[in-house]
Amino acid sequence: MALSTDEVRHIAHLARVALSDDEVERMRDQLSSILDHFDVLSEIDTDGVPPTAQSFELTNVERADEVGSSVEREEALEGAPRREDGYFRVRAVLD
Amino acid sequence: MADDSSIDLDRLAHEHADALRAGEYTSRELTEATLTRIRAQQDPLNAYITITEELALEQADAADARLSSDSAAPLTGVPIGVKDLLSTRGVPTSAGSRILEGYRPIYDCTVVDRLQNAGAVIVGKTNLDEFAMGSSNEHSAFGPVRNPWDTDRVPGGSSGGSAATVAARGVPLSIGTDTGGSIRQPAAFCGLLGLKPTYGRVSRYGVVAFASSLEQVGPFARDARDVAELLGTIAGADPLDSTTSPELVPDYTAGFERGFEGLRVGVPSQFFAEGLDDGVRQAVETAIDTFEAGGAIIDRSVELPTSPAALPVYYIIAPSEASANLARYDGVKYGFSFIEGESVDEEMSETRARGFGDEVKRRVMIGTYALSAGYYDAYYLKAQKVRTLIRREFEAAFTDHDLLLTPTTPSVAFALGEKLDDPFAMYLNDLYTLPVNIAGNPALSIPCGFDQGLPVGLHLIGRPFDEETLLRASHAFEAETDWHRQAPASGS
Repeated sequence: MALSTDEVRHIAHLARVALSDDEVERMRDQLSSILDHFDVLSEIDTDGVPPTAQSFELTNVERADEVGSSVEREEALEGAPRREDGYFRVRAVLD
Repeated sequence: MADDSSIDLDRLAHEHADALRAGEYTSRELTEATLTRIRAQQDPLNAYITITEELALEQADAADARLSSDSAAPLTGVPIGVKDLLSTRGVPTSAGSRILEGYRPIYDCTVVDRLQNAGAVIVGKTNLDEFAMGSSNEHSAFGPVRNPWDTDRVPGGSSGGSAATVAARGVPLSIGTDTGGSIRQPAAFCGLLGLKPTYGRVSRYGVVAFASSLEQVGPFARDARDVAELLGTIAGADPLDSTTSPELVPDYTAGFERGFEGLRVGVPSQFFAEGLDDGVRQAVETAIDTFEAGGAIIDRSVELPTSPAALPVYYIIAPSEASANLARYDGVKYGFSFIEGESVDEEMSETRARGFGDEVKRRVMIGTYALSAGYYDAYYLKAQKVRTLIRREFEAAFTDHDLLLTPTTPSVAFALGEKLDDPFAMYLNDLYTLPVNIAGNPALSIPCGFDQGLPVGLHLIGRPFDEETLLRASHAFEAETDWHRQAPASGS
């Protein structure tokens, strides 16, 4: 399945990865050829077969709801590239 | 007291453990000698991203105190390398990526915690493909690792540094992770044992996440006894990882005296089809003969017909999970951050563009596409359904077999650069290991011969939570052959 340049740009936007024009071209060719190899799956009959999300399902693993220790704010902010007043700082999300 | 230079670093972990107990040398002496050797081997191997000298010596002193007070565990005082995908408190954890530049975790992952409780001495964080995505260790922001058997060749990946340092006799043990073959393939390429435990056997808490439904942490070592000891140390339920199994951790050496006798072994034809190199096939067939001569019952009628589809299934599921797991790298909380943009979007997109390497970008893009509106059913859901079929075939195969034997890889270690421009050719390397992650079973690669002077791996696949049988068979094989004792010339 061949991807278009626009599709590659759209996926890159969804994934929040900035790509140069050259990278878009290269990515289009590489991803298209990888997607070609996925076609064999459509030949496999999976009617009525349930999906597997994880190999040995443990369901509803529970624990007691008890207050425990948690990470100190200062520790959590240690690696922050930008911070202000005890918070992570980012650019305005809304204008 | 021994002089550093007189310590035999070619020893196995349990041999070091005996020597430490006998007072032949101290853990500090062993650790100093180990640090000297792994530093000397950095050029050309590049097996470590960080060598943790100070911490290692502290841990060695603590181990010596334990050894003299008789409170020592089997691994107390023994040096070990840990893949730089495992979080270590206060010690840089890079995942082989530029995007984690400067990142120091504020907690230890459970596996590292257990190693430290056992008194093991962590000497460094080993090199890997970025975020464990790769089969050659060439996708590391810290440069490729080289194979000690031939430094123009790759060590395999993604746990390439963990494999190379054990093969070169830098350390007797190391820890890797295996999402599609990332322990077993480098073990095969470097002539070692490498075990991917059953999904849920070992905690993933604090392991930088790539594909959460597929990956497991596991050991590299040079004999079955050492693998058994290390697995026993790290395995077991963890309240911090709800996907760990409550299944009890057995004594993994319990079957060591039973040999091959009566083992029902399946040899699935799908793993011997076109694409398998003749030299690898011959070594594997000879190994199967050794099993048979020892009393194993070989059955070549077992079929896993859907297993070739594991490759596309894996390359949909793993990137899909990766695209979600790697969404956390936004330049806001830690690591590399591009902060000169005009908007949130621009800063995030530039942070990720500059922080991620090509292979990571490719996989994040594939995963994003496979999960996107309009394609989810055709790719992700379809792959999950085929996953069910593959799992069922494994279940059926194990109703009347104790283990399956296949080659670990279609070829021996390839040259650096050989597959770098063709992502799919690189993916084909994991053809025989991927189905096992899809199904969740445990599997072990052990050395079984050479092709073109390079090690060949025999792949033992077991029943869920039956690592014991894999190690029993491996131990029996070691009694009949000496492949596991072969060392690369560059080793010591």
